[in-house]
Amino acid sequence: MDRYTPLEDFVGLDLPVDQANTTGRDQLGEPEQIPELSDVNCPDELRQLIEALMDRYPDKDSREGHKSASIPALWAVQRQYGWCTPEGIRQAAAVMKVTPAYLESVASFYDLLRLEPSGKSQVLVCTNISCWMRGGDELLDAFCEASGADRGKAGHGGALSADGEVMVSGFECLGACDLAPMVSVNERYFGPLEAADAKTVIDQLREGADVLPGKSLAKRPLPGGEDVPADDRTDSLKGPNQ
Amino acid sequence: MAPKEPGIKETRILLRHAGVPDLHKLATYESYGGYATQKRAYTELEIDWMVDQLEESGLRGRGGAGFPMGKKVSFLPHGDEAKYLCCNADESEPGAFKDRELMQRNPHQLIEGIAIASLAGDIGHAFIFIRGEYDKQGDILDEAVAEAYAAGYLGKNILGSGHDLELVVHRGAGAYICGEETALLDALEGKRGNPRLKPPFPAVQGLYGGPTLINNVETLSNVPHVIANGADWFKSFGTEQSPGTKVVSISGCVKRPGNYEVELGVKLRDLIFGLAGGPLDGHEIKAFYPGGSSSPVLEPKDLDLPYSFESMAEAGSMLGSGSIIVADDSVSIPHLALRTARFYHHESCGKCTPCREGTNWTVKMLERVVRGEATPMDLDIISSVQKNIIGHCLCVLGDSMAMPVSAMVNKFRKEFEEVIAAAAVSEFPTLVGRPIPVGTQEAAGH
Repeated sequence: MDRYTPLEDFVGLDLPVDQANTTGRDQLGEPEQIPELSDVNCPDELRQLIEALMDRYPDKDSREGHKSASIPALWAVQRQYGWCTPEGIRQAAAVMKVTPAYLESVASFYDLLRLEPSGKSQVLVCTNISCWMRGGDELLDAFCEASGADRGKAGHGGALSADGEVMVSGFECLGACDLAPMVSVNERYFGPLEAADAKTVIDQLREGADVLPGKSLAKRPLPGGEDVPADDRTDSLKGPNQ
Repeated sequence: MAPKEPGIKETRILLRHAGVPDLHKLATYESYGGYATQKRAYTELEIDWMVDQLEESGLRGRGGAGFPMGKKVSFLPHGDEAKYLCCNADESEPGAFKDRELMQRNPHQLIEGIAIASLAGDIGHAFIFIRGEYDKQGDILDEAVAEAYAAGYLGKNILGSGHDLELVVHRGAGAYICGEETALLDALEGKRGNPRLKPPFPAVQGLYGGPTLINNVETLSNVPHVIANGADWFKSFGTEQSPGTKVVSISGCVKRPGNYEVELGVKLRDLIFGLAGGPLDGHEIKAFYPGGSSSPVLEPKDLDLPYSFESMAEAGSMLGSGSIIVADDSVSIPHLALRTARFYHHESCGKCTPCREGTNWTVKMLERVVRGEATPMDLDIISSVQKNIIGHCLCVLGDSMAMPVSAMVNKFRKEFEEVIAAAAVSEFPTLVGRPIPVGTQEAAGH
């Protein structure tokens, strides 16, 4: 489905500014009305999950509503449908008793909540300072080449591979500068990578195989060694880590 | 404390036994003395004594600002209103990855710290706000929290003390600004992460309008150690104004990037050369950020300074989150400035004009510099834009770009001028006011 209405549909000159759909996203129902649960066809498991998430926060009974679960609820929608679909946002809004417009305004703030189809797998390539100095841009080039994703778009919010299965996106610091240059593949970290690893990762994702088992963060030891001898002050340690 | 040299070695307290494969499991953590301090705190120790020890220890916040942790606790009002604790695990500063290591390897140490700090501050609800990218670490925390509930270290009437504590792991969704404490509160309340006006400070009016204690992962991980061993023991590490150890993240152009736990006050040279192995073969250090990408860069002549809050401040920079990023002679400083500015431009929430517009124009001007379309006069304009950002916004995101960019323009002005001159002669005639062609941004721009 083409998610974008033609340009003239949402910048019509006779529309008042506050009614103009400036993001170009399709409207589904009335975004400023809280939808009825009976109208949105919310799967039971998603509803129960969101209700459980809402119960975790102390604002669930407060006068201002119970919005704390917004981000976790949007994560739940994304896990259910692969991205934050307009239908999924309406379902979450109906469960949470907030407007779809509100949830969409939250989703659009955060880089990891995706408002467009984003394939079965996501590869985030860090291009921030430490990775950039160690070849992060070149690694992003290699991933685009291996997957057929558009390099220009990949550097600006992400692009789908030629077969639509993998999203490749340049990303700001992922917090793993020790692995530079590194990638996050389906929310797991790998590094340091070479350009040749890009094709391996894309092939492994297509085959459904484990991604680069030898380069996973989970297997990385502390750089100063796993065991550093204690001195007399740390030796007499009380409490944790004795 | 005098730094040990040569042949510096790590002083591991938080990362001690971090190599034990199952340390993230409750039983293993307990076998290394874990939760013994929480038991004492909840059953024997006086709350006033614990607050005193935290204050007396001089433990400074490890997230960036370096504010004394004990003072924050003592600022909380004494009363019946609901109080909250937020552990800031939204580690998003380029160069910082220490909290990831601490949460992945030793999540129970953090939970024990939160439980003790919550008792000291009479807090009934605590949250760990972890960045969404740290999915694996979030899963580890979820499991650890569930184990701690099952063992009675969290929940109702903990260890028979009458104190209740609910702990929720809340995942963010990718926004650097949520590491700013008031933006973090907004994100926790389910809003877009925009910073709030201060005062009121979170200790008075924070999450859901209640008094809120906000501390970094590493700060809270220190709490069980301070309470178990006392303030004097803690002060035997580090310097007078920067007591304790610090997990330092070293990355960039070094041979052994990673996290190293050292006493504060060791020499930068020992950290970068001794522990991280120094620059790659055939290269020399050109500049380095001593405290994450927000800190003004230092030069090789500063390598003999001790690594402490006060010494970095004296050198015109900051220790920040304790993240050293090393740039060697293969790195072009104007390009580094542009790469840094692009990050803050991307992450600016857009609420305050000096930051929203300042980061935007800084990126555009630096793009002109590296494309050879600038004149040396533009460097003065870049500097003046930075001056107009600093101190003029609700939070310090804009300042965090302005400080390193100013430092780079000031300290490496000659290189900027050379880049401008070389590019202008070789490819581009300098046409001031020429519109910037669309789609010619540097590779991987954001």
